[in-house]
Amino acid sequence: MNTMIATEGLTKVFGAKTVVDSVTLQVNRGEVLGFLGPNGAGKSTTMKMITGYLRPTAGRSSICGQDVLDSPIEAKRHLGYLPEGAPLYPDMSPRGFLMFIAAIRGLRGAEKAKRVDQAIAMTQLAEVLAQPIETLSKGFKRRVGLAQALLHDPDVLILDEPTDGLDPNQKHEVRKLIHDIAPTKAIIISTHILEEVEAVCSRAVVIAQGRVIADDTPAGLIARSPRHGAVTLTVAAARAEAVKNALSSIAGVGAVQQGKANGKGVLLTAFAKDGADVATAIAERAAAEHWPISNLHTERGNLDSVFRSLTNPTARKAA
Amino acid sequence: MGNVPTIFRREFAGYFATPVAFIFIIIFLALAGSFTFYLGYFIERGNADLQTFFLFHPWLYLLLIPAVSMRLWAEERKQGTIELFLTLPISIAEAVVGKFLAAWAFVSLALALTFPMWITVNLLGEPDNGVIAAGYIGSLLMAGAYLAIGSCLSALTKNQVIAFVLTITVCFLFTAGGSSVVLGLIQSWAPEVVVNAVQSLSFMTHFQNISKGVIYVPDAIFFAAVILSWLAANILIVDLKKAD
Repeated sequence: MNTMIATEGLTKVFGAKTVVDSVTLQVNRGEVLGFLGPNGAGKSTTMKMITGYLRPTAGRSSICGQDVLDSPIEAKRHLGYLPEGAPLYPDMSPRGFLMFIAAIRGLRGAEKAKRVDQAIAMTQLAEVLAQPIETLSKGFKRRVGLAQALLHDPDVLILDEPTDGLDPNQKHEVRKLIHDIAPTKAIIISTHILEEVEAVCSRAVVIAQGRVIADDTPAGLIARSPRHGAVTLTVAAARAEAVKNALSSIAGVGAVQQGKANGKGVLLTAFAKDGADVATAIAERAAAEHWPISNLHTERGNLDSVFRSLTNPTARKAA
Repeated sequence: MGNVPTIFRREFAGYFATPVAFIFIIIFLALAGSFTFYLGYFIERGNADLQTFFLFHPWLYLLLIPAVSMRLWAEERKQGTIELFLTLPISIAEAVVGKFLAAWAFVSLALALTFPMWITVNLLGEPDNGVIAAGYIGSLLMAGAYLAIGSCLSALTKNQVIAFVLTITVCFLFTAGGSSVVLGLIQSWAPEVVVNAVQSLSFMTHFQNISKGVIYVPDAIFFAAVILSWLAANILIVDLKKAD
């Protein structure tokens, strides 16, 4: 079976507030799903319901075909979970803690020692094994939390902000780790670091006010940016007006935006209409007419602006 | 219940990770001793028994057991570790029982360390060691009952101080329920059924029965029932209060 995580109409109401509103998702083996959304959008609450920790007001959730409420223990056996904030027992040492988790996971003897050592190696904890967890830095604590989630080589990993508090090198290591183990697992990570989604996720789900408002590949999401496929060129100030008019006349070009002048000239951005490929046409025209341009590049657009326009309707109008 | 031993070991070792265990044991022994000698006139009475030693156990537990039990669940909540703990492949019942047994074992250890009292009384005279054994068993059962109450109330809050105060209050009702003060207070307005019920729920009454040397089955069943029902409530509360 390929679908490892399935939710159906997950809804959570706290008092009068609907925090999660009918979230239906399927995550297959090999997928890394990035869960995006502003703070308070319902990411963590959704994850808590997927893991069976919180009972949903309505809807169901299953892990590897096991319903998290009907057969919680079977479902949790397949699950590795890093809760929000990576909570850990402060008095324990990382080794003691991991040995405890391994025992609960049913590992015994040599197998237990082997798995603990593997998890320690994967998360580079060797230097702090005997220290009480409360004395560790935020980065080490987060990695102890990760080691705990990875220990039993679970089919499903749910990681709530796995790289929060890590320095850039550690972030890179964790992303690499997620990337390496991804093919055999179904992984959900929540983050508000958008570059992380591009770096490790095969799929991005944006959630706002408890609803899924986008479910796409990171590239697909970026393509929704109005700047995606736009061509920006730097033209000598003297010819700027003429080039601007010429750009507008090219088929597929919509609006042309004139930016500020700098030392090299004026920035002009030609937006593509309906995802048309305008770069080639612009480059040919520029060559034919000998435009005095010092730079020409195609914009990728960025996830940042897509995220903002999706999650904050007023920002969209302003943009 | 297969995970109970693993949870038990972690929890039990947890007491000794900080100085809490040592402080608790030292204070427990110091109080147990001074109650016996100064308040109970152990020497002056000249009797070769531990009646005065056991006499003060309900009050000793009333003071000290809430300090042990307050952290059981409140701390898990405060630290957020409850989310980690309960998303492991264990049942809530295993978690509750494992924690409770570890706390009970810890208090048992403190109680066992009062053995010099037993040696003393055996050196000074010829006590009925059967009566003493019954006293220890009764004391252990009563400690379990206090702990079960404390564990359950600890699951209600993430604030250990609130857990402590709540536990002391409820335990006080269960302890003093049999005393004339409390009975006098409710006798004036409550029907006799209620007065009798309160009296029969008093730990003191049942503990004193046992420590006289005869383990009456009803008294032992009483403590077992108290422990089991508070633990059942504990399981329910942990399950229902996960959200906040």
